[in-house]
Amino acid sequence: MEMANLSVLLVWAAATALAIAMIAFAVDLARLSGARVAERDAAREKVTVAAGGGAPEAEPAPGPAAAYGPGNGTAAGGVSRKGAGIGMALSWLAAAMLLAAIVLRGLASGRTPWANMYEFVLVGTFVAVAVFVGVCTVREARFLGAFVAGLGATFLVLAQNVFFVAATGLQPALQNYWLVIHVGVAITATGIFTVAFVSSVLQLLRDARDEGTPWLAAWRWLDQTPSPTALEALSFRLNSVGFVLWTFTLIGGAIWAEDAWGRYWGWDPKEVWSFVVWVVYAAYLHARTTRGWSGRRAAWFVVVGYACVLFNFTGVNLVINGKHSYSGLT
Amino acid sequence: MSGDQKPDVAAAEVPAGSRPHRGGYVPHGIDDEFAEASGAAEPAPDTRGAGDKDGSTPSAPRIGVVGMLRWMWRQLTSMRVALMLLMLLAVAAVPGSVLPQRGQDPAAVAEYLGDHPDLGDWLDRLGFFDVYTSVWFSAIYLLLFVSLVGCIVPRTAAHWRALRARPPQVPFRFTRFPAQASATTGLAPDDAVELVAARLRGPRYLPTFRVDRRTEAARAHRPESRTISAERGYLRETGNLVFHLALLGLLVSVALGQMLHYTGQAIVTEGRGFANAVVDYDTFTEGAWFRPSSLVPFSMTLDAFDSEFASETVAFAQARDFTAHVTVTEPDGTRHPEQIKVNHPLVTDGAKIYLQGNGFAPKITVTDSDGEVAFSQRVPFLPEDQLYTSRGVVKVPDVSRGDQIGLVGYFLPTAVVDDDGTARSTFPQPLDPLLVLEVYRGDLGLDDGVPRNVYRLDTASLTPSVDQDGARVKLLVRPGETVDLPDGLGTVTLGEDVPRYVALDLRHDPSLAYVLTFALLALGGLALSLFTPRRRVWVRAFASADGTTVVEAAGLARGDDAGLQGEVDRAMSVLPELEDDGAGPAAGSAEAEDETTKD
Repeated sequence: MEMANLSVLLVWAAATALAIAMIAFAVDLARLSGARVAERDAAREKVTVAAGGGAPEAEPAPGPAAAYGPGNGTAAGGVSRKGAGIGMALSWLAAAMLLAAIVLRGLASGRTPWANMYEFVLVGTFVAVAVFVGVCTVREARFLGAFVAGLGATFLVLAQNVFFVAATGLQPALQNYWLVIHVGVAITATGIFTVAFVSSVLQLLRDARDEGTPWLAAWRWLDQTPSPTALEALSFRLNSVGFVLWTFTLIGGAIWAEDAWGRYWGWDPKEVWSFVVWVVYAAYLHARTTRGWSGRRAAWFVVVGYACVLFNFTGVNLVINGKHSYSGLT
Repeated sequence: MSGDQKPDVAAAEVPAGSRPHRGGYVPHGIDDEFAEASGAAEPAPDTRGAGDKDGSTPSAPRIGVVGMLRWMWRQLTSMRVALMLLMLLAVAAVPGSVLPQRGQDPAAVAEYLGDHPDLGDWLDRLGFFDVYTSVWFSAIYLLLFVSLVGCIVPRTAAHWRALRARPPQVPFRFTRFPAQASATTGLAPDDAVELVAARLRGPRYLPTFRVDRRTEAARAHRPESRTISAERGYLRETGNLVFHLALLGLLVSVALGQMLHYTGQAIVTEGRGFANAVVDYDTFTEGAWFRPSSLVPFSMTLDAFDSEFASETVAFAQARDFTAHVTVTEPDGTRHPEQIKVNHPLVTDGAKIYLQGNGFAPKITVTDSDGEVAFSQRVPFLPEDQLYTSRGVVKVPDVSRGDQIGLVGYFLPTAVVDDDGTARSTFPQPLDPLLVLEVYRGDLGLDDGVPRNVYRLDTASLTPSVDQDGARVKLLVRPGETVDLPDGLGTVTLGEDVPRYVALDLRHDPSLAYVLTFALLALGGLALSLFTPRRRVWVRAFASADGTTVVEAAGLARGDDAGLQGEVDRAMSVLPELEDDGAGPAAGSAEAEDETTKD
């Protein structure tokens, strides 16, 4: 019980770290966009002086997100990126604490620590944060931080308040090594889909702002994100990994169902929704390469797909009852 | 697939630019044929089909029946329509998770129809209770597969040609490409090209790039050059095709399995058994092509059944383990003991036997008013909750005289009787069993030929036994006890031991191996098609005026590819750098070697 309590404490600590990380990342974005505006004002002033006034056509075009170019610790006129640094450090810390919490939870219950909704959220959040910090080691993706950390903190608090169940053993239907594989891969896919979702939402917002959508005019921080094309590329890379893992989730689940339930596919609600998720992401991959559907329309598929992922997890477990009702909640 | 290609001397002499570019790849653009392939989605205003035949001009709107069919086929196989069908498929699958389905839970469908007579009737007519076998759902996925075939077959042919064609020739200018490199070396152009080509090709048995060397005629400011066209990532399209074809194979295997499979359900109590014959199952379903002769005539006995439940407070009474100990008797008479657990079906003679449920089947004996034994059987009680509060029915039609008797009630494995007389179960193990029965008399309706559910007693037409206050009589019977039935109907006795029963599912599906194979092929193909980098590298080497050799390289990738520049640099790294004093390749080449080994 001692380890189980420590695990809960670590989850709260990770949620706190992610909440602070979100604020730090947000401050960073705000400062960047502030600096950007100042820079533009300065440039405009210079142009005005040079042209002797009245040269509106010489106004510099809104910069194409150079601020998040690779490798620059400071950007857009030497703005300190301290906020992003704090956010990254806290994200790493949160990932480490979550990992420890998950391990302790597994030790406390004496089994694989992803057998109910609470544990699923813990591991899924860990994967999302880990994917985010992982991507950041390869390329500049700190602009995702505020959103990934925010979602992560929300998920953890929800898990602790709504889905929490005490650490305990497993019912016979779950006693199979496929629990480790099938559920583990499903959680990993969910975590990856989460980060890809953030990227696609940013792509949609950025794209809309670039087109001059009025209600986005005040969201200057959006200019600090990479171009919609770059965001779409990031989203695609993550989604393709997620999609392959999700395909494996379906196959692994079918193999397990063949052993446990006597049929590999039976249109159980969870199976239906996993299938729907698979089809939506498959449609996304096709939309990307269909003329007239790439770009913004394809990004909407990611949004719909992720909504299906979330419903598959929450709605199917809690509202629709089926053979996959392992939430542990009564 | 990115196979090595021997330099074709004859073809290498063909002057640059003389080879026509057929559709597909445009060397000077940034697009590649994948963009073109997806461009199939474009509704091509093609009227040739009929136009050629009747000799009318292409602008004539008369395309005739053949043209119309052709147009429809083109629409169906277009990416856009495939996309629509995919979206439709996702939407069409949803009702099956919200409404009860006959295939999964026929009782729930019946209940829904009872609760919503009007709406339910319409939904039923439209197939909403059999979504996954309904006409509309089937139509969507069948159209999708037709579309898939229409798309994949031409692509397979195109890919087959691409595999045998040479990589596209070197573009005239490299400046527009996303990855570039250049070097100057003391080697002759032929040797430089040889080195770079070997590097690009990679290991002999696992080639990375497909490499094609040619000679380019002098042009503009450039003297005659040696060139390399290299391409890697043919596996990308191969994987894509394998994925889609595997889906087709999956559909066919699943359909075959539906035709050939059979499943049977049987309830077996401890000490008893069943034989693998259609008549021995409680329910039996089979595919259209099933033949009873395919049932292997083995038999099986349930020796014992063990269950374990958690007793700690956090997960009180949660199931922890179920094991059925059985003895299988093969057709040739050999016997061997086996175990069946949840998650671990018994595989015997091509069939799998699953442990799908368990419960208690107490032996109940009823004597009628004449003292004759009218009923003596083990009665399976179906558990209704985690504590095995189990419901069961005893139908006693064969009484000596008077009304038939029906008993309905609960079996409680560990019973606690509260002060107000209500009994409930507190643990799933049979520590203190108790049978609680209500008694009915009348015509049970077993003789009129209408099939009745053995686990239900239609009490509407029966008379319940009541006490003086008008409340229904509840008989409490413990193991070994005999209790008088009210109204002088007779007695009921509960056996001393309470046997367990298991609900077994036997299933045979010869398509399983194919289903799994195609599913894994699809997974592999998908991974290949999404993760294989698709890159082209071009290299040109020519002698410059000062006697050295200039080597230029350019790279092009499909989509966003962070590794492209690295690929080009790696290829060029084999070239010995030219030192300032022209002393030869010594230092530069050592450095280059270092770099290669680092990679």
